[in-house]
Amino acid sequence: MSAAILLWAVTISQIFLALAALCCGFRLFRGPRAQDRVLALDALYVCAMLMLLTFGIRTGSTLYFEAALVIALLGFVSTSALAKFLMRGEVIE
Amino acid sequence: MSHAANLPLWAALLVALLLVLGSGLTLLGAIGLVRLDSFYKRVHSPTLGTTWGTGGILLGSMLFFSMIEGRPVLHELLIAVFVTVTTPVTLMLLARAALYRDRMEKNPEVPTFTAVAERSSEVVVKGTKNGEPEKS
Repeated sequence: MSAAILLWAVTISQIFLALAALCCGFRLFRGPRAQDRVLALDALYVCAMLMLLTFGIRTGSTLYFEAALVIALLGFVSTSALAKFLMRGEVIE
Repeated sequence: MSHAANLPLWAALLVALLLVLGSGLTLLGAIGLVRLDSFYKRVHSPTLGTTWGTGGILLGSMLFFSMIEGRPVLHELLIAVFVTVTTPVTLMLLARAALYRDRMEKNPEVPTFTAVAERSSEVVVKGTKNGEPEKS
């Protein structure tokens, strides 16, 4: 019973997160300016991180947690580097 | 999902609720990212996914693994703290970069440098005259 409830919840959650990633991808391709694309990339990183956590619940292994942590770290670094690039025109001065 | 067969029913219901809540809020934020019409409105919507979206899924994951392994599993708190600390920093950097670019291009939607400077100097002048409004 509880396994069935969890299976349905994880499936619905993954469908929602995939739709969210599709919305972010739409903004990433469409976005009229560069800052919209960077914002969409940041949101896409968050969607991918949450998707990995739901995969961890589905398979019951904590291995996916490390991947989610690495994605969170890379999302912060890449978004702040891209914002600095948009501001200054170079990343490392 | 055979590893979840001996999970108690209340824990399964709570984990399911937290998962659907978190992913639904993330989806709402992403829909806002598509539908809102200016960058300065759009920059607010993904934070729905980074606050309660991430929080709901992380709480569900913590509860699930704690019940499965029979001991408190709290390492998801690392992601929660990290996302909470870094999201305002990155989005503020991005919004300031966008504001700088819009001002450099003299976009009429944002206030210019001189308008902001005049407004702040008016405040300073009013403050020096004992709070009386300045006669022009």
